Amino acid sequence: MARFQPGDLVRVGDAQMDAHHRTPAYIKGRVGRVHALSGQYPNPETLAYGADGEPERDLYLVEFDMRGLWGERATGPSGDRLLVDVYEHWLEPADAPGSDGGRA
Amino acid sequence: MSGVHDMGGRPNDDPIDQSQHILSDWERHTHAMVGVLREKRLITTDELRRGIESIAPQEYERLSYYERWSASLETLLVEKGLVTQEEIDARAEVLREKWG
Amino acid sequence: MSTHTHQGHDHGHDHDGHEHEGMLEDVELSERARRVLAMEELLAEKGVVDRTEVQRLIDFQEARSPVDGARVVARAWTDPDYKGRLLSDPEGALLELGYPLVGSAKLAVLENTDAVHHLVVCTLCSCYPTSLLGLPPDWYKSFAYRSRAVVDPRGVMREFGLDVGDTEVRVVDSTADLRYLVLPQRPAGTEGMTEEELVALVTRDSMIGVGVALAPVA
Repeated sequence: MARFQPGDLVRVGDAQMDAHHRTPAYIKGRVGRVHALSGQYPNPETLAYGADGEPERDLYLVEFDMRGLWGERATGPSGDRLLVDVYEHWLEPADAPGSDGGRA
Repeated sequence: MSGVHDMGGRPNDDPIDQSQHILSDWERHTHAMVGVLREKRLITTDELRRGIESIAPQEYERLSYYERWSASLETLLVEKGLVTQEEIDARAEVLREKWG
Repeated sequence: MSTHTHQGHDHGHDHDGHEHEGMLEDVELSERARRVLAMEELLAEKGVVDRTEVQRLIDFQEARSPVDGARVVARAWTDPDYKGRLLSDPEGALLELGYPLVGSAKLAVLENTDAVHHLVVCTLCSCYPTSLLGLPPDWYKSFAYRSRAVVDPRGVMREFGLDVGDTEVRVVDSTADLRYLVLPQRPAGTEGMTEEELVALVTRDSMIGVGVALAPVA
C-alpha cells in the first residue's frame, strides 16, 4: 500500500552517502509534491550489491517548482517544473514549502 | 559531497555538443554483453551503475561512456568470480599480439 | 582498476607488413577493445555466455531506431483508442506494434499538449528507452546535457532550435526503473495525412523533448 498519494507534499531525505542510490543531490532535503505513483520496484540500493532488492519499494514521480529548487539559477518562467522518480524510503510527509522555496 | 556521476544542476556552461560518433564494435559488444548477463541474472543494472560510480572522479570524466561501462563490467566479473583479473590481463595480451 | 581503464591511444603501430592469415590487415584494437573482447571470449569458454546470444542482442539493438518510436507516435496520433492504451499501458501498446521491452526497465509515456512540454534527461547516468528508440545519441550522455537540462531546460532547447514560448516546461529526470518517451504533438496541417506519412514527421529529438515533430512539407 503506497504511503503517499498524488498531491501529497513530501520532503526528500538529505542523507549523504557514497553507496549507490538513485536520489539526485539537487532534490535532497527539498519539498515537492507527488505527481504520480510509478509502481513498485526492487530496491536499487541493495540490488547494487548483489542482493535481490526485496522488499520492493513504491516509486513516486515527485514534482518540484523550478524556481523554488534553483532560485536565481532558474531561467524559465514560474510554472516550469522538474519531475523526479523517488523511492518511498527517501520521502517523508511535509508541510507546504515556506518562503525559503522548499529548502530544508 | 555528491558523487561525480550526480550531475544534475552542476555548474556547466558548455554548449551541448550534438556531433555523433559511430559506435565501435567493442562498444556494441559491451552493451550486449551487459544485456546477456542481465538476462541471465548474473548482474543487475544497479550493479553496473555502482561499478561506474566507483570509478575515481578524474577517471570518470576522462573515460568515454562505454569505457566506463566496460571498466565496471570488468570490476563486476572479477568480483563475482566469473573470470579473474589475471585471465583478462593474459587474454588481452594474447589479443594484442594477435591483432596489434 | 586504474591500471585497466586506460584507453588505448598508445597502442603500437607495429604492423610488420605481412598479413595474418585470415585477418584484415587494418584491424587494430585499443586496449579497452582488447579487454572487452577478452572478457567475451573468456565468458564464452567458461560457458557463462554464448557468443550467439551477444550477437543476438547486438542485432536486436541495431534493428531498433527512432523510426520505431515514430511508428508508435503516428499510431497514437491517428487512433485515439491506441493513444489511450499507450498512456495507460505502454508495455502492452508497444507490444501491439511488435516492440517488446527488453531488460528490467519499464516505459512511461509523457504527452505533450498546448499547455505542457516535456523534456527527458537522466542526470545520474543515461537512462533512455533503448528498447524502442535504439541507443541514445552521444549528446544525451554528455556531461553538459546531464548537468544543464534540469536547471536550464529552455536554454538547452534553444540550442536545439526549439522555443516553446508560454508553454509550461516539465523536465523529467529518469532516475529509476522507468524510461520515458515523449509523445509529441501532432503538427498542424496534417489532417489529411496517412499514418505512414506521419511517421516521417516524428524525429528522435521530438521523442526526447529537445524538438517537436516536423511540419508537413507544403
